[in-house]
Amino acid sequence: MAQLVGAICTSHIPAIGHAIARGQQQDPYWQPFFAGYPRAREWLTAANPDVAVMVYNDHGLNFFLDKMPTFAIGAATEYRNADEGWGLPTVAPYLGDPGLSWHVIESLVADEFDVTSCQEMLVDHAFTVPLELLWPGRSRPGLRTVPVCLNTIQHPLPSPMRCFKLGQAIGRAIASYPQNIRAVVIGTGGLSHQLDGERAGFINKAFDLMCLEKIVDDPLALTRYTIHDLVLLAGTQGVELISWLVARGTLAAHVTMVHSHYHVPVSNTAAGLMVLQNAA
Amino acid sequence: MSAQERTPVDIPGTYMFDGVFALKGYPLNKMCYSFNAAANRAAFLEDEDTYCARFGLNDEQRDAVRRRDVLALLESGGNVYYLAKFAGIFGLGVQDIGAQQTGMSVDAFRAKLKAAAG
Repeated sequence: MAQLVGAICTSHIPAIGHAIARGQQQDPYWQPFFAGYPRAREWLTAANPDVAVMVYNDHGLNFFLDKMPTFAIGAATEYRNADEGWGLPTVAPYLGDPGLSWHVIESLVADEFDVTSCQEMLVDHAFTVPLELLWPGRSRPGLRTVPVCLNTIQHPLPSPMRCFKLGQAIGRAIASYPQNIRAVVIGTGGLSHQLDGERAGFINKAFDLMCLEKIVDDPLALTRYTIHDLVLLAGTQGVELISWLVARGTLAAHVTMVHSHYHVPVSNTAAGLMVLQNAA
Repeated sequence: MSAQERTPVDIPGTYMFDGVFALKGYPLNKMCYSFNAAANRAAFLEDEDTYCARFGLNDEQRDAVRRRDVLALLESGGNVYYLAKFAGIFGLGVQDIGAQQTGMSVDAFRAKLKAAAG
């Protein structure tokens, strides 16, 4: 049977991709951010997942407003990255796992989550940057992926509670997959930031730190916020916290916090990282 | 009263990109989405008027594009994720557009972000 080894939540800021491409990990601006990642990589090496279920939001690479699914799941043999228009170097494709994808899709629809399935799906920085951060230089050859894409572009967005429940359903799907694989769920985005409007540059450290605490032992507290609350408290793009709630939802009620890291700012964003596994 | 029952209040300086904005901004966002392709970015730079006309921008949107005015682009229905591709044509990143929207220099905007570390 499949085993869920744990979940990682991490920011996915495009500037991180630029810094990786330019080898700036030790620059004074970047060092305090990248310093958070070796511990997560050590944990991944020990946990040794075969598949990463990537929970993220597309920023206008794959989806446009002509068709905007609330929840979309990739079901392809590979996922290509492409030009996003503002200069981030394109990275090589990532392998898919169609068997697991279809099992997750079947299980979610049976569980009343009517997801959109995608046999072709471009993956943007929100998918690639965390993978490049966690496995630099593709240090886990053959790693397979399952993209789970959330709409954070066009309101109404799925509520924090709905996203947590989606995570619970994905957790049940992985647990019922008959193949002998090891899966990690990676939720990407956040923490507080706002790119648009006169309020651009909004960061709320106190709220972020509260989220980092609650998501471990009391994630339901975070599910009581509305999307409007999250925009107010974490900024228009801070709503990406919903990806963290999906990832947290895949785990059991009681988890162990393996590692957490927080650094302000990376570009316009408060960067967060958390590694969680089910309590022994 | 549960959180869901509260009436949302406007958040100053913030655009909620909902159905109203999505409808109004569709031609503008469609044009900006096209800028994922390098050939389309080049076509825009070559002949901006013709390129904008292809997508049917209204006068407000056309004017905001001409002025490279991010707040006016948002007001006319632009979504920041697509507008970022427009800004990218001119080599402008999120800190540049952050500075423009807040009326600060880029250095002052960066200092404001750094100050958020507390």
